[in-house]
Amino acid sequence: MEVLSELPVTDSPEATVPTKPGSKPASRSRMVFRRLRHMPRFWVGIVGLALISLWAIFGLAPNAWNPTDLDVLNMGSSPSALHWFGTSDIGEDIYAQTIVGLRKSLIIGLLAGPLASILAGIIGAFAGYLGGRWDKVIVWFIDLLLVLPSLFLFVLLSPIFKSLSWVALIFLLAAFGWMIMARVIRAQTMSLKERDFIKAARFMGVDTWTIIRRHILPNVSSLLIIDATLGVGAAILSETTLSYFGFGIQAPDVSLGTLLNAGQGAAVTRPWLFVFPAAILVWTVLSASLVGDALRDAVDPTSGVNRG
Amino acid sequence: MIGFVVKRFINYAILSIIATLSAYVLASAILNPAARYYGRNPRPSDATVNAILDGLGVNPHTPVIERVWTWLVNIVTHGSLGDTIHNTSVLSEMTARAGTSLRLLIIGTIIAAVVGVALGVWGAVRQYKLSDQVISYGSFTILAMPSFVIGILLMILATNLNSILGIQLINFTGEYTPGLDGGWWDQFADRAGHLVLPTIALALTGAAAYSRYQRSAMLDVLSADYIRTARSKGRTRGSALVRHGVRVALIPMSTYFAYSFATILAGAAVIEQVFSWHGMGEFLFQAIQQSDINAFTGAILFNAILVLIAGTLSDVAYSALDPRVRV
Repeated sequence: MEVLSELPVTDSPEATVPTKPGSKPASRSRMVFRRLRHMPRFWVGIVGLALISLWAIFGLAPNAWNPTDLDVLNMGSSPSALHWFGTSDIGEDIYAQTIVGLRKSLIIGLLAGPLASILAGIIGAFAGYLGGRWDKVIVWFIDLLLVLPSLFLFVLLSPIFKSLSWVALIFLLAAFGWMIMARVIRAQTMSLKERDFIKAARFMGVDTWTIIRRHILPNVSSLLIIDATLGVGAAILSETTLSYFGFGIQAPDVSLGTLLNAGQGAAVTRPWLFVFPAAILVWTVLSASLVGDALRDAVDPTSGVNRG
Repeated sequence: MIGFVVKRFINYAILSIIATLSAYVLASAILNPAARYYGRNPRPSDATVNAILDGLGVNPHTPVIERVWTWLVNIVTHGSLGDTIHNTSVLSEMTARAGTSLRLLIIGTIIAAVVGVALGVWGAVRQYKLSDQVISYGSFTILAMPSFVIGILLMILATNLNSILGIQLINFTGEYTPGLDGGWWDQFADRAGHLVLPTIALALTGAAAYSRYQRSAMLDVLSADYIRTARSKGRTRGSALVRHGVRVALIPMSTYFAYSFATILAGAAVIEQVFSWHGMGEFLFQAIQQSDINAFTGAILFNAILVLIAGTLSDVAYSALDPRVRV
C-alpha cells in the first residue's frame, strides 16, 4: 500500500482558498464549513440523516399499531390506509416493525462506526510514532486481517456472539473495521513525527502517550471524523448482511437485516415486505456516506485517491 | 521488476499461509464438532465419538499445535485437506464447487473493473457536469446496498420483466435448469442465462467502488504537467488523456484492487447464497453451521489462494504501469 504512505500532510488549507484582504484569517473548521456549505451532496446527506433520525424517534407515534401487535384479520395484506407498509404473514404491522428495526440498526451503526475510528486512530498513531519492531508487527497484523474477508470471520465468531446480547455485535463490527484507516493514520503520523513541535515535545521529555493524545490525534482528527462518518454506513451494511443470514441480531430482537430476511421469501410476490425495509436501509447508508464524502472533499480539496 | 513481483508474491504467500493456519486454530477453538454426535439418539459412547473425531483429526483433546501439524503433513504427503464430517474428501468437494465460484468471480470482477474504470474516467473528465453527477449518485446508491439486497432487487425486476414479456427470459434460481434436454449448446446457453443476474449483482458493487476511486485518481492526474506537455507536443486531448492520464491513474487503482479483492470475495459468497448456487461460499457457511473444521479451513485456503493470485496480478499490473519500480 505504498500509495497510502504518499499521503500529504494537510498543512494549511488556507493556502488554497483566497481570503478577502483585510479579513481575519479564518480558523480551519470555519474554512471546512464554508466549503461544505457549497456542496449539495452535504446538504442532501445531512437532511437525509436528520429526517431518518426524526422518523426513527417519532415515527411510531402516528401509527395505530405497536410493533408487537398482531392483526389477525389482515394477514399478509398489502399497503393500505390501515397498515401503511402492509402486514406480514402473521399480521405484524410492517411499518412499526421497520421503525423498531431501523432504531436497532442506527444505534449499532452510530456506535460501531466511531468506535472503529477510535481504534484506528490509537493503533495507527502508535505504529507510526513508535516505528521499528512495534510498527512491523502492527502492519503485519493489519495485512493479515485484510487478506481474508471479515465476513467469514464474523460468521465463524457468530456462535459466540449469539449467546451474548446484540450489544456485543457493536464491538465485533468495530473490531473488524479499523484496519484500512489505521494504515492511513500510521502514514500521517510518520510524517507528523518529524515536525518541529512534536520533536520539541519529545525533547522536553513528554511521554509517548501524551504526545499521541495531545499532538498527533488532534492533527489527524479530520481524517478520523471522516472515517467515523463513513464507518456508520459500513457498520450498518455489515450488520444487515450478518443478520440477514442469521448470524447477527437474533430474534426476538429486530433489525433491518432480520426484517429483510423475513421479507425475502415473499420478495417476488409481495415486494413491499422487502422493498420498504430495503429502501429505508439504502436511504440511511446513502445519507451517511454522502456526508462523509463531502467532509472528505471539504477537509482536503486537493488530494484524491490518497485518502483511505 | 521481476524481483519486485517475486518479493511481493512471497510476502502474499506467507500471509496466506498464516491466515489459513490461524483460521484452523480459530475454528478449532470456536466450533464444537463433538456436539453433533452427542445430540444423537441413542447417545454414542465417549469412546465412539472420540474415535470418529480422531479419524477426522478434529478431536479437541488433541493439542491444536499437533492437529495443525498433522493437517499440514497431510497436505504435503498425500495432497489431502482431510475429510468433511460427512466423510467425503474436502478436496473433492472443493473441486466440484470451485468452478461455480470461479466463473462468477472472474467474469464479475473483469466486468466490474472495466466498467468501473470507464465510468470513473468519464466522470472525471466531465467533472460537475450532469453525467458526472449521475454516475456519482448512482455509485453512491449502489454502495449503500448490501450485496444480498442488490441480488434480490434484481430478482424482483427479472420476475416483473418475465411476466411483462410473458416468457421466461431470465432464469435465476440455481446454476442451471435441472433435467434440461438438449445438446451442448443448449446446456451452455442455459448456464449463461443463469449466470446473468448473479454476475450483474457482483459486478455492480465492484464497478461502483472502482469508479469512485478511478474518478479521484483521474482528477489528481488531470491537472498534472505532463498532460499539458503531451498536449503541447501535438497530441489530441483524448489521446493525451488515455495515453498519459488513464495509465497513471491506474497505478493507485492496481493497489486498491488488491486491497478490495477480499470485499469482492465476501460479496460473491453472499450472492451465491441468495441465488442458491452451490459454490465455495455456500460450502464455507455450511461448514460453520455444521461445525466442520476441515471444510472451513479448506474454504479459507481457497479464498487465501485467490487473494494471493489477485495480489500478485495487481503487482504485475503495478510494475507494468509504473516505470519507477523497474529497478
